[in-house]
Order: sequence, then structure tokens, then C-alpha cells
Amino acid sequence: MTMSEVIAAPERGGDGAAATGDVPPDYLRAASGVRSWLTTTDHKRIALMFYVVVLVMFMVGGLFALALRVELLTPRRTVMDAMTYNRMFTLHGVTMVWMFLIPAIPAVFGNFILPMQLGAKDLAFPRLNLASFYVYVSGLLITLGGMLAGGTDTGWTFYTPYSDSSPTRLLPVVSGVFVLGISTIMTGINFIATTHMLRAPGITWRRIPLFTWTIYGTSIIMVLATPVLGLALALVGVDHVLHLGIFDPAVGGDPVLFQHLFWFYSHPAVYIMILPAMGVISEVVPTFAQRRPSSYMAIAMSTLGIALVGFLTWGHHMFVAGISELDAGIFGALSMFVAVFSALKVFTWVATLYKGRIRLGTPLLYFFGFLFLFVFGGMTGVAVATQSLDIHWHDTYFVVAHFHFVMVGGSVTAFLAAAHYWFPKMFGRRYSERVGALSATAVFLGFVLTFFPQFLLGNMGMPRRYYSYPERFQWLHVLSTGGAFLLAGAIVLALGNLLVSLRWGPKAGSNPWGSRSFEWLSASPPPKNNFPAVPVLDFSPYDYTQSEEEAHARAFPR
Amino acid sequence: MPAPSHAEQYSGYPRLAETLRFGMWIFLASETLLFAGLFALYASYRAMFRADFTQAIQHNTLAYGTVNMYVLLTSSFTVALSLATLRRNRPRVTLALLLATAALGGVFLVVKALEYAEHVRNGALPGPFYHWQALPTFGANRFFTMYWLMTGLHALHVMAGVVVVLWLARRTHRRRYTAARHATFEMGTLYWHLVDVMWLFLWPILYLA
Repeated sequence: MTMSEVIAAPERGGDGAAATGDVPPDYLRAASGVRSWLTTTDHKRIALMFYVVVLVMFMVGGLFALALRVELLTPRRTVMDAMTYNRMFTLHGVTMVWMFLIPAIPAVFGNFILPMQLGAKDLAFPRLNLASFYVYVSGLLITLGGMLAGGTDTGWTFYTPYSDSSPTRLLPVVSGVFVLGISTIMTGINFIATTHMLRAPGITWRRIPLFTWTIYGTSIIMVLATPVLGLALALVGVDHVLHLGIFDPAVGGDPVLFQHLFWFYSHPAVYIMILPAMGVISEVVPTFAQRRPSSYMAIAMSTLGIALVGFLTWGHHMFVAGISELDAGIFGALSMFVAVFSALKVFTWVATLYKGRIRLGTPLLYFFGFLFLFVFGGMTGVAVATQSLDIHWHDTYFVVAHFHFVMVGGSVTAFLAAAHYWFPKMFGRRYSERVGALSATAVFLGFVLTFFPQFLLGNMGMPRRYYSYPERFQWLHVLSTGGAFLLAGAIVLALGNLLVSLRWGPKAGSNPWGSRSFEWLSASPPPKNNFPAVPVLDFSPYDYTQSEEEAHARAFPR
Repeated sequence: MPAPSHAEQYSGYPRLAETLRFGMWIFLASETLLFAGLFALYASYRAMFRADFTQAIQHNTLAYGTVNMYVLLTSSFTVALSLATLRRNRPRVTLALLLATAALGGVFLVVKALEYAEHVRNGALPGPFYHWQALPTFGANRFFTMYWLMTGLHALHVMAGVVVVLWLARRTHRRRYTAARHATFEMGTLYWHLVDVMWLFLWPILYLA
């Protein structure tokens, strides 16, 4: 565990801040040694273990992406053959979706922050939480093992009938994803139970901080959608090995039914990725505007709206797969409801800034990037939810660009915002704002340069997942590849800034942003039990009319 | 029961017990969605091959399925009684009822195995392995493919349920539960009910109509 060594280092430095007598040690120093980390049931330590692994997977998935972009520099073979390319885009998708995006914000920041925002000492089921980490790591090892053994070439969607007959190692990859799904369900159950049962006195449903609201909505999707993915992948895996013909037309089967099962999970899954991102933004904006959200209920209720309507939109992935025009129309209209709920949030965030006392900071810069990219990605989503337009754009780079705008421009940007926003909370130190601002700007520029050309490519007719292409598309592909390297460099810079600050950053104090959200009521980094006593939280987490001292006095009455 | 060191976040045991029950129900909801995928596949294939499905159901092994329905309903009763007797502080009766439940689970699996053997003899196997001369239709093929998947997944859950019930029996034998503290016991019985209730949905659609 290099993590514990890095974090433990300041302790040995002996900077004496905790020398005030009866103050309990923070969670990083509460116990020491590798064993104390590997067997911990402290949600904060488990969050950090997830953090390390999730970041490694982010790097791995990113390297696959760079390899793809390098290959696409020229219309023919550049560095790899077509089969390797097919495996590479599959591995990129599988890694980024199930090993990075799905656990990224919930398992790291949700795990760390959710109990604190509820004034709880820990999650409802701490040992289940630790188990979910090990299940996640096992799923990851199985999948990575399958990748090393040759990987598979079906794309992350594993569509039948090709996945039945693909000569590649499909079974370990789908088995690994199945196991990852079990970890997701464990996490979801824990978050739902905690939100219902472990709220501190005074926290009504209308006082739950908005990040926790979105993690709660996400958890509902995790618990109810993931088992269907597990089933669909189990069926594909069984079919691949035993050839039971579950979806095989030669014995009366229907391959489109696989698509229904797959998207019943995988469409809600994009809300597993974006809802927590919206939650991060909903914390960052009020904090940096020093103002309550212009409508708390609009954000909270639209979160539930997205979580529920998200279950009814999967058919929009299948407009050209032979579903009826009526079905497609219904699915298209329901999909647009998601845009309505998202727009409610976007307008609320912007309205919150209005007349706020805005303080610029790296998390807020990421919000500005998020706002532009997410709205752009969301609007193109409405466009592809329209049947007539989708027939033109289906299976082209337009769709690739659309979902990367939402998943990378939305989720990854918010992940980085969270990494900066809660960095002082988690580690008690501050990062360099100058490098933070530089990297946030570079992330935005690199992102736009990577993915905006892909909208143009898709509209011109470049199909997704193709290895070669006509020469007139080359300049756009070259732009996109250049952008990908800028984006990768910017992300490395952002994470490097945080890594350096772990050891050399100045002390942050307990609440450097002056936030009123409940997690900031404790020390930073917090002690093992989060709060010095059970807090009484009978006020809004966004009440900027009372001072920090007043909030503290109300939460911990003498 | 979780050791006190893991339960610091609770105001007391009743709250912990309530949370465990609540968490278990959410888990059961998740399990239900796992089966729901197969029910949806079944419904889709049945809509495609209406007449063939009806015919295949009429040729299915109704006696085995019905016996198993009674077996599981009885086990549902014994496991519910085991919880009731535990609450009345009669651990020896509780233990006997748990063992009876596990035994009924075993009976179910034996009957299921005999039934599978008959399907194999008939050639009512899934997908390309299907070769039942009496019912040579695509629809019958689809029906038996779904039959094997659904009863197979259910049988796996019965096995898991037997393990859970035996674990409860072991802990009951060691007097680890009391009338006041038995949240994990209740969770185990809830899991068994998932197993038997699921058969109440499988039985009509696979054997009756």
C-alpha cells in the first residue's frame, strides 16, 4: 500500500496540529500498517482503497483509448492489425464503463461523503462495504485476466449473434463484468439502507444534502438494473460456451431480445454515471456561490425523475433494430423527459450563481466546463432520440461523440471537480490552485478537440468501430487524436497536482471553502467516527445566512 | 449478529435489526429483477409462439412440478414456524423446523433431478440439443430452452437457500439467537421465502397454461 505510506508521511513529519489534547486522531492515523487498511471497515478508508484502484483503471482505459486514437491517425494500418484494434476498443469500453465510470464517483466519493452528509458514523453495513471492495477487485482481476489471455472483440455491448461465435475469450470478460455487477449491487444496497435508516437527528428528507440525494437515486438504479445485466451477460457467456441458442434464430431465438435485456441495464447505467456527477456539481455550485440552491426541490426531485424515467428509455438504442414505429416513438418521447429533468438542474445551477458571492476555484472551473459539455452532449442526445435523425446518425461517430460528451465531458469532469473539491476534506491539505486552473482549462480544450471533430465525422458518415476509412476523413481523425493526447496530458497534470499536494500541500483547515454542507462540520481529515458527537442537523445544508460558527453551535449543542 | 464494534453507528439493537431487515428487502428486490429478465424473455417467446407454447406445456411433466409446489409450500410453512418458535423461545423446536425445511429443499432437488432425467430421455433439451420427436416445433424448442434456464436458475437458488437454512440451524444449535436478537435469522428466512415464492410463479407458467 503505497497510499498509506504517502498519507502517513506528514505524520512522521510531526507538524503538531493535532496537539490540542483530547482531539481524536484522524481516520488516516487512527491505526497504522497494511493490515489495518486491508481489513478496515471505515467507509473513508474503503473509499480511499477504491480511489487508488479506480484511478489505476482510469489510466488503463485511457491507454487503450490512446492506442485506438494512434491507430486512427491514418486511413489504413498504423500500428496494429484490425483484430487487435477490435479487441482494443472492446477493452477500452469494458474498462471505462464497469471498472472506472460506474464505481468512480459512488464508490469513492459516495462512500466517503454520504455517511458524513447524513451525520452518521459509518455506512449501514460496513463489512458489506469492505466485501464490495474485494468483490470489485476480483471482478477486475477476472476481466483483466481475460484481457491478457487475448481479450474479446465484440465491443462492450456483447451483441448476439456475433458474441456466440466470436473466436475470442468472451467468457472471462463477461464473468468478470458479472462479478463487478455484484459489487455494484452491494454498494447500492448499503447506500439506500444508510440514507433511510442512519440520518442524524434533524435530517428530514428535505434536508438531505443534494450529493447524497443523487447517490441515493443512483443506488436505486444500481440495485434494480444491475441484476438484469448480470442475467444478460450470464446468458451470453453460457451461449458462447455451450451453444444453447438462447438468442439463435436457427432454433427459433431472437437476437433483438438480447438487446432489450442489455439496454434495460445499460441505458439506466449511463444515469449511474451522470447522476453522481450532477450531485458533485450541486455541492460545488452553492459552495462557490455562497448561496443556497435557487431550488433545492428541483434538483432533488429531478434526480428521482431521472432515476425512474431512466428505466423506460432503453428502446431508443434499437430504433433501427426492427422495433415498431409506435414503440420507437414512445421510447423517444420518454427519453426526452430525461432532458427536461436535466434542464431543470442546469437552470437551477445557473440561477444559483446569479447574485451569489462567487469565488473562483478549480472545482468551479470544472463546473463551467461541465455546463458547456453536458448541455452540448445532452442536446445532441435529444437529437438522437428523434427517430428520423437517429436513422442518419445511428452507429456513426455522432453517437460516439454524443455519449463521450456526457460521460467524459460530464462524468469525468465532475469526477475531477470532486477530486479537487473534497481533496481538503479527505486529506486535510490544499492543492495548487494555479496548476488546478491550468489543468481544468486544458481538460476542457483537450476534450473539445478530441470529441467535437467526431460529431462532424459522424454526420459525414464515418461509422463507429471501423478500422479503416476514406482519406477525406483523415484531417478530422488527426485533430481528434491530437486532442486525445492533450486531454490525457491534462488529466495527468490534474492528478499529479493532487498527488504532490498530498505531501507538500499547505494545511487546509477544516472548511477551506466555507461550505455549509454537513460533511464540513467535522475536522478535515475527519476522525474515525466522523463527528465528535452525534450532530443535531435541524437546518438546511445550504443555509448561508448563518455563519459557520452558528451552524457548528446548532449541530453540537453543549 | 454483528459484533458491537461494527454497530457503533446505530442507536441500539432494534435500529440495527430494522436496518438489516430493510437491507434484506432491497436485496430481494434486486434478486427479483434477476428473475424478471428471464420472465420477460419467456413472455416474449411465448408471444411469438403462442400455440406451440400451450402444446409444450400440456406435454410437460405436471406431476413432478405439482409435487414440488407442495414440497416448497410446506417448507415455506416450516420456515415461518421456525421464526415463530424462536420468538417464543423454543430453540429445539426451531432447530427441528429448520432441519425439516432444509430436508424439504433436498426433496425438491431430488424430484427436480428425476424430472430433468425424464426431459433428457425425451430429448427435451435446450436449443440445438432439442430432439423431442413428439413436439418438433420451434416454439417447443423455445419453451424448453426457457424451461431449463428458469428452473436451472431457480434450482441454484434452492441450493443456496438450503445452505442458508443449514447455517441458521447451526447457529440455532449453538444458541446464537434469542427471542430478542435474531435479525440475521429473519433475513435467512426471508431468503427462503424468495425461493419458494418464485416457484409459485414458475409452476403455473411452466406446467399449467
